[in-house]
Amino acid sequence: MSEPLFYNDEFLRGILAGVRSIAMVGASPKWNRPSYFAMKYLQEKGYRVIPVNPRAAGQDILGETCCATLAEVPDPIDMVDIFRASDAAGETVDEAIALKDSKRIGVIWMQLGVRDDAAAARAEAAGLTVIMDRCPKIEYGRLHNELSWGGFNTGIITSRRRRTRIA
Amino acid sequence: MTKDRKERFGFETRMIHAGTQPEPITGARQTPIYQNTSYVFHDTDHAASLFNLQTFGFIYSRLTNPTVAALEERIASLEGGRGATACASGHAAQILTLFPLMEPGDDFIASNRLYGGSITQFGKTFKKFDWRCSFVDVDEPENLRKALTPKTKAIFVESLANPGGVISDLEALSAVAREAGIPLIVDNTMATPYLCPAFLWGADLIVHSTTKFLSGNGTSTGGCVVDSGTFDWAGSEKFPSLAAPEPAYHGLRFAESFGDMAYTTHAHAVGLRDLGATMAPMNAFQTLLGIETLSLRMERHCANALAVARFLESHELVEWVSYAGLESSAYHDLAKKYLPKGAGSVFTFGVKGGFEMGIKVVEACELFSHLANIGDARSLILHPASTTHRQLSEDQRSAAGAGPDVIRLSIGLETLDDITRDLDRALKQATK
Repeated sequence: MSEPLFYNDEFLRGILAGVRSIAMVGASPKWNRPSYFAMKYLQEKGYRVIPVNPRAAGQDILGETCCATLAEVPDPIDMVDIFRASDAAGETVDEAIALKDSKRIGVIWMQLGVRDDAAAARAEAAGLTVIMDRCPKIEYGRLHNELSWGGFNTGIITSRRRRTRIA
Repeated sequence: MTKDRKERFGFETRMIHAGTQPEPITGARQTPIYQNTSYVFHDTDHAASLFNLQTFGFIYSRLTNPTVAALEERIASLEGGRGATACASGHAAQILTLFPLMEPGDDFIASNRLYGGSITQFGKTFKKFDWRCSFVDVDEPENLRKALTPKTKAIFVESLANPGGVISDLEALSAVAREAGIPLIVDNTMATPYLCPAFLWGADLIVHSTTKFLSGNGTSTGGCVVDSGTFDWAGSEKFPSLAAPEPAYHGLRFAESFGDMAYTTHAHAVGLRDLGATMAPMNAFQTLLGIETLSLRMERHCANALAVARFLESHELVEWVSYAGLESSAYHDLAKKYLPKGAGSVFTFGVKGGFEMGIKVVEACELFSHLANIGDARSLILHPASTTHRQLSEDQRSAAGAGPDVIRLSIGLETLDDITRDLDRALKQATK
């Protein structure tokens, strides 16, 4: 087992506040799959999520057309979110490194349970920011106090009043 | 540096702040009591997302409530767990903790020294669910290995047993649980997370009766299940409720969809949804208030208890004292290992003269309250054989440390001299 990874809250906040478009590799059109949950949640929070999955290419997933590969995504990608098994993640990371300038990719995020330290080192050497073994939905919910609603330990302690817009 | 070690606040800070940020709309600093059943949806799509567990939020207070959630996060934080599920009582917590693990026909192993009420629930009532419990003497880990069957789904012990000053060797028990691929469930009610960090000693799940030291003033019944988030539910075939597709959520697999949040999500979305043993928001609020002073109270509880135990040990009318904080206790070494800050404030002693004398001493007390609770700011006294442990057989009572001459004390926070004087007077009056 590798050492658990630690990312501080400010680092994660900065990433989630900085990216707007996310290419979700391994997105599923099935509504009860974890990737569908994450995609729907991130859309609700204002992100544009572009699904990437060769097996669902051309299909509509939550209002977006699924692309077969990262290279086929027509628009700039701020972040690549990888919903693939750890042993397949490296391939996606290398594609993202190759496309980083043309697609303006800045961040590679591997989902909860997905980790490839060697691929992460290649991406970081290429100037990309990498997060592994985390879920952006869970981290967004944790940092915005929503995870607390389910009785989870967010690790966040503050006596500052959060600014909220009245929705 | 973009990455570093996760920030960690100290125990006392978390006891006051964890789970309770200022309420953002009004700025209220103390946690509001959301005396409220249901929560308005933005639209049907939002409602669908909530019911499908695709987004975070409140639907109905049987499942989650903001005041109760604040308490859950606070207890999860104090125990160092991933998440917690509060419920109506400690007994509700015991059903809730086993519910995601057990199928009809399954069994689990429990200590034969558990609190008498737990023995009755596990041994009698759970049979109606076709859940079987084997009670064993857990002082010898070999006994657990012998009791294991292919259908054994958990090991259940108290870190510090009620009432008799018995301490479980958590490290040894956790080794047995690991070998068997099943979770170790630790009832941490008597020790509290302040005295015993049970997850660090290998517990996978922790249960509480929050009625006791956590609320601390005898105001509110409640229970809580805390998940460490580290057990691999999908790693074997043993836990289909967590790992297999859940028909009531259209084939969703909890372990796959929620990772280390699976157990706590299931405990709310299935456990509380269908068992319905919800904690009331007012009780959650009282318990949050109680926890704000937990460390201070536990220090005084333990100091008073040790002094009272020493006083009784040297009393001419007392036969024996069973308190793990005393050097004479067989559990003293385990107390030093697992409860270095103090051995709690609940213990038993035997009065010379047996059953009849036990009853007389209880009835002669003036300051001590004669009632069936523990962990109150007030000192409490009880004769288990005629009350809390009445449902048990004589053998079960002896095993549970509740024989005929046994008196149980829960030492409160009053002036020490007043506590010892009341006991001394009651002992002397009873022998007249």
